[in-house]
Amino acid sequence: MRISGLGQVSRNRPVSFAFNGKHYMGVEGDTLASALLANDVHLVARSFKYHRPRGILTAGSEEPNALVTVGEGVAADPNIRATQQEIFEGLVARSQNCWPSVDRDLMAVNDLAAPFLGAGFYYKTFMWPAPLWEKLYEPIIRRAAGLGALPGAANTDVYEKAFAFCDLLVIGSGPAGLMAALTAGRAGADVILAEEDSRMGGRLLAEVEEIDGRPAHMWAAEVIAELEQLDNVRLMTRTAITGAYDQGTFSALERVSHHLPPSQSLKTAHRPRECFWRIVAKASVLAAGAIERPIAFCNNDRPGIMTAGAVRAYLNRWGVAPGERITVFANNDDAHRTAQDLVAAGVQVTAVVDSRHDAPDGDGFPVIKGAVVCDTAGRRRLESVTVRSVRGEEKIQTDCLAMSGGWNPSVHLTCHMNGRPRWNRELAAFVPVDGVVPGMEVAGAANGAFSTSAALREGAAAARAALADLGLKGQVPPLPVASEEVYRISPLWAVPGKGRAWLDFQNDVTVKDVNQAAQENFRSVEHMKRYTTQGMATDQGKNSNVAALAVLADATGRSIPETGVTTFRAPFVPTSIAAMGAGAEDQGFKPRRYLTTHAAGLEQGASNVEVGLWYRASYFPKQGETNWRQSCDREVMMVRNAVGVCDVSTLGKIDIKGRDAARLLDLVYTNMFSTLKIGRVRYGLMLREDGFVMDDGTTARLGEDHYVMTTTTAAAGQVMAHLEFLIQVVRPDLDVRFTSVTDHWAQFAIAGPKARALVDALVEETVDGDSWPFMGCGEITVKGVRGRLFRISFSGEHAYEIAVPARYGDALYRALVAQAESLGGGAYGMEALNVLRIEKGFITHAEINGTVTAFDLGMQGLISKKKSCWGKALSERAGLMDEDRMQLVGLKPAETAQDISAGAHLFDPDATVERVNDLGYVTSVGFSPTLGHMIGFAMVSAGADRMGDTVRLVDHTRGIDTLCEIVNPVFFDPEGGRVRG
Amino acid sequence: MVDLSAKSPCDGMLPVSVGSCSLSEEPPMRLTLIAPYAGQEGAVSAAMEAAHGLAFPAPNRSSFGPEGARAVWFGRGQALLMGPEASPGLAEHAALTDISDGWAVVRLEGERAEDVLARLVPLDLRPQVFEPGHTARTELRHMMASLTRVSAKSFQIMVFRSFAQTLVHDVKTAMEAVAARG
Amino acid sequence: MRITCPICGERDRREFTYRGAALKTPALEAGIEAWHAQVHLRGNPAGPLAELWHHEMGCGAWVQVTRNTATHEMLGSVLAEDAGLAVSASETEVET
Repeated sequence: MRISGLGQVSRNRPVSFAFNGKHYMGVEGDTLASALLANDVHLVARSFKYHRPRGILTAGSEEPNALVTVGEGVAADPNIRATQQEIFEGLVARSQNCWPSVDRDLMAVNDLAAPFLGAGFYYKTFMWPAPLWEKLYEPIIRRAAGLGALPGAANTDVYEKAFAFCDLLVIGSGPAGLMAALTAGRAGADVILAEEDSRMGGRLLAEVEEIDGRPAHMWAAEVIAELEQLDNVRLMTRTAITGAYDQGTFSALERVSHHLPPSQSLKTAHRPRECFWRIVAKASVLAAGAIERPIAFCNNDRPGIMTAGAVRAYLNRWGVAPGERITVFANNDDAHRTAQDLVAAGVQVTAVVDSRHDAPDGDGFPVIKGAVVCDTAGRRRLESVTVRSVRGEEKIQTDCLAMSGGWNPSVHLTCHMNGRPRWNRELAAFVPVDGVVPGMEVAGAANGAFSTSAALREGAAAARAALADLGLKGQVPPLPVASEEVYRISPLWAVPGKGRAWLDFQNDVTVKDVNQAAQENFRSVEHMKRYTTQGMATDQGKNSNVAALAVLADATGRSIPETGVTTFRAPFVPTSIAAMGAGAEDQGFKPRRYLTTHAAGLEQGASNVEVGLWYRASYFPKQGETNWRQSCDREVMMVRNAVGVCDVSTLGKIDIKGRDAARLLDLVYTNMFSTLKIGRVRYGLMLREDGFVMDDGTTARLGEDHYVMTTTTAAAGQVMAHLEFLIQVVRPDLDVRFTSVTDHWAQFAIAGPKARALVDALVEETVDGDSWPFMGCGEITVKGVRGRLFRISFSGEHAYEIAVPARYGDALYRALVAQAESLGGGAYGMEALNVLRIEKGFITHAEINGTVTAFDLGMQGLISKKKSCWGKALSERAGLMDEDRMQLVGLKPAETAQDISAGAHLFDPDATVERVNDLGYVTSVGFSPTLGHMIGFAMVSAGADRMGDTVRLVDHTRGIDTLCEIVNPVFFDPEGGRVRG
Repeated sequence: MVDLSAKSPCDGMLPVSVGSCSLSEEPPMRLTLIAPYAGQEGAVSAAMEAAHGLAFPAPNRSSFGPEGARAVWFGRGQALLMGPEASPGLAEHAALTDISDGWAVVRLEGERAEDVLARLVPLDLRPQVFEPGHTARTELRHMMASLTRVSAKSFQIMVFRSFAQTLVHDVKTAMEAVAARG
Repeated sequence: MRITCPICGERDRREFTYRGAALKTPALEAGIEAWHAQVHLRGNPAGPLAELWHHEMGCGAWVQVTRNTATHEMLGSVLAEDAGLAVSASETEVET
């Protein structure tokens, strides 16, 4: 019910919205919760386990009950707190966890079965038979218990992540936060003031009180207006700080457009729904306020039962009275303000029921002292409460109960870095311990300073402390005059009685459940939490954890400090995965690297394969070819018989210069590079420090102090970091410089018997056996462009690699392919490249898989005996030279038509197919059109001694079980005549 | 005579404008990586001053020289000479490597360029911290990047050439998100 | 987490990759036992630890960072080249 003349909403700006299919009117400034209460809608949700009717409990992000789904279809957003959702024209929201409707929820039958659904019921009830768990129990439980459902389709909303930096982060914009921001802002500090609400002001928006002689919310508005004018202050509303991390880093969730209608225009189509911020602050002030806690008593969860502070907030900020006859139940003075404000607004207050015998008298309302509410009635909305006092029990007809068990300072962020809060007896609450988050000061209610005056004072003091640390000085604003009321409380956690008294409303945990946990010896607060699921719902027990551990303390005969508190963890508010992973969806997961020939490849119809971050053409289908194997076979034969061109620019290229360049290479490679002649290329192997192979590749010597190293595509980054490690950590005395030139050069392999003819046609210099012998290199000019030519081969054919600056990559590639085609050749892709290298016995990272040694690869001869190298010491461990180690072998099927597969395992034909009999595994396979059958590599135990042996190849995933012969891994031209020819 | 046509890294993708920001590719220019040898930093700087009118930049700084030449610090012990061909005499004191074709060089300009970059790099770009001429090697959405504030509202971004398409996509996406907030 | 690079200043941990404890490099010929100790026998202190981070996405420097592994407090950082981890040159010279 809206009260005329009250509240800070725009009465003259109506907003229509729909809830559970019905249309309602609210006003601008309403949350969904305030608008529903204004329309006398109290039943908004069903509880998690028992499907009890539930209403709105709070007015903030701690709301456990009023979770709704906002939006429709793919854009539907579940578990939105109605207390935070601002209404907008056309908003569509609905209740969750109920069927067919929130009014008539058939699952409410669970409530009748409550005796069987107590703490730990799922651990006990569904123990056996075990197979039924997955098939029967779990699906049923999942359907019955739960929160909102995801729409089931990919999310089309935009989310984003961003970074922000400041001198001082102020968390919360109540009196303490505003005062801190004002003090620091006027002193010139770079301030971010973050407020999770849509408006700055905190409790000042919800209370009737004065600061400096004017209404508190007006004072707040003036401060905010001043802060808005300061360039050095950034105001972030709808932004909850969700976590405190190392070195002054905070995470924050900004609700960017939850309060706006779905996008209609092209421009707003890119508008993010949420932004996940990482804020780095030199100092911080936590002024997050406090959260009011309910009292546990029988049937304390009916719609219409709210926290007293929330009732005040709805009345004073939104001009909404959540009932016509309101009762207050409290153990502290603060809740009496609710009665005062209601009476002043003309709302009937039946009584203030105060558990304390020394409670203050009421001014215009009766106070029943030393009394408790011990039961309630009303199915879909509260109808009456039963009050127990020295006079006995009496029923009071009422439609709203404002309860308060006191306030818990919001200490959460002070605990994210292992801090533990301290119990304060006077406040009956946990308060933060100083200094547990470096650079953080806590001020105001978050620090247990509950009066407005104390909050202003502490806010200013916290800012001054931060300014001193930052080395900033400034005029300290005079402290405004505000109320100095004393917070008096006498603990009351649970009212004794039969029946269920709720602690955790969201997870349906009652006092009985906690007592049962204690009885069953789950006495540790962490065990109780997990056994009962207390505090494990999306609200993380913000308004129930302290009461629950107080009940546990009572049940186990310990004090609250002895019982301890569960760990507060980030995030402070539920954070969507979409926000945290923004930008990483689909292809955003990793950047893409494209070759200069990418467009040309697509024009040729190439399909691409991912190689690390790179996209490379896998094959180039010609007309009439219907599957990749036909294209691959043709491309292989083309290279063997004529000439092929392949973009090999993805290989890592590192330009190395300096008088100690050769020394570095001798250190990193197992074999000698200082002796390499200028104009020559050498194959090299490098080891990790543990003696296993890191990478291989060729390195060319272009000058006395100038080398160009190539790495495999996969290991380019790793090798670069390794070289940096060697010259910065191991040998900083070496005078050598290097840089990656991978992207500067477009490099193409030209392979086949007609390779020289092709090169000759395009390169200006004479290219013959004398000027460019096998493993020769040097500078050339190709079509007027200076480039480099290497006579190296990864195919076993007479071959070259030609490199030009990448701007010419596309044009040169097209020229090379055209020339190749005129010679009966053409482009070849990764599939053919793979077959060609297997035919020739060349390894890649399919073989160098991190578990192999030079010995395993048959390359122990490449470890120079004349010098040391990185990794050599440990490569000589006995276990790494063992004859029974798996060694690289070639493999071919015993019957040529048979298929073989990479990843398959090998066994003796007589042995059973069991792990203990495993001889090894297949690393690479391909169909060799040259030989007319499949070929492959395998790592096989004592493989070098098994040449000619027959083994059984088993691949359970692809259903292959066939006999193979172990052969020399060089299948083609083992003498190497073609490559030198 | 060069008989091959040249393509820039962002060929066909730029410029784009969204809201108050624009992203364009810098015209092709010579990029030479200069890495002074041990103890040669002073000699390199003097030689650069003499040949190009630019000192070797301090870490995280860049400078303008005559005729559009620029020197941008480019990481531990190295700087990028942008524009002129490096004086051959420098090779006596430093490793010189032509990387003209290895990097995509783009410029992000506009009133809210900083907001766009806040979505891409984990750097403190506040004007009082990252001033015109300041430069950083950093990570831009998993890509190694060089970022330089050219003027108050203008930034130069460099990533490896092969990342050009991802760079344009990611910057454009951030530009759209910033513009859409209105 | 923020890590201070001696060249670039305090930077986001995303720019760095971790290697492990910062240890002096044994001579390459020091033998299997010395290298076994170097590679495999590491202390794992809950407290201050000198460790190596590579400013890989930044300036490329290897940095020795002293960090309290229990609290993540950063206690200092120097360039690895100045941290005295190098193998001495004479021990590695190539026999040619």
